[in-house]
Amino acid sequence: MALVELADAPREVAHPSMVGHRTRMQTLLLSVTVIVLNGLGNLSLTWGLRHAVDPLGLHPLRYLRAMIDPFVAIGIALLILWLLTRMALMSWADLTFVLPVTSIGYVLSAVLGCVFLHEVVSIERWAGTFLIFVGAMLVGATTHHRTPDVPEEMG
Amino acid sequence: MTWLLLGIMVVATVFGDLLQSREMKRSGAQNVNVRGLLALLKQIGNRLYLVLAIVCMAISFFAFMALLQRAPMSFAVPASAGTVILETILAKLFLKERVGKRRWAGAVLVAAGVVLLAH
Repeated sequence: MALVELADAPREVAHPSMVGHRTRMQTLLLSVTVIVLNGLGNLSLTWGLRHAVDPLGLHPLRYLRAMIDPFVAIGIALLILWLLTRMALMSWADLTFVLPVTSIGYVLSAVLGCVFLHEVVSIERWAGTFLIFVGAMLVGATTHHRTPDVPEEMG
Repeated sequence: MTWLLLGIMVVATVFGDLLQSREMKRSGAQNVNVRGLLALLKQIGNRLYLVLAIVCMAISFFAFMALLQRAPMSFAVPASAGTVILETILAKLFLKERVGKRRWAGAVLVAAGVVLLAH
């Protein structure tokens, strides 16, 4: 099952630098997928670690035992999916687009923590949440296409 | 020790993201379905720089956990905001990304927002 249904790049766009480009809607949809997977993964992991597991400390066996907990296991699975979808997003868009846009994950974490974990969110935190949201929207409105050429001298 | 952990976290995050972005740009646009994600998993095993990127992310994660045991979250989280600005500068320099005024403004707003979130 496709997480995001993709259409091939339009055939009439023949310029090589445009091959593989996705539409704005597809890129934003994948960005939302990345953000939601991160938020739910962190929530599930935090929930599992707080409610069903002894304090971890530096004991390696406790980490392994923690992974048996269903919430921790689901959290890890969601975070693996987050990693893969974030990598796919990086293949579609610039790092300078991906970083600020996916920072909305901080906002989602604050909201999920407030709703499900009953964490106290101060006025400063809501102000920070608002700034992140505005910053992400500002970047989200820029061209999402990745810069075509990666210089060889980087590696 | 706190500053050492912070340094490790920042450097590992920045290197991890830059390497990941560089490799993913080179591999071309990936499909986001089960087959595409499995192909991505396979790529991680086959590409040295992607393996390095994942190692960097793991180092960053464990450094962050260790940092949280020694320093308050109000110190550790704003540090992650600094990586947004640093990565924007390095992405422009090394990945030759086009960074316009809106992206700079967005990166600064996000960084300021993360600093406030830590309060």
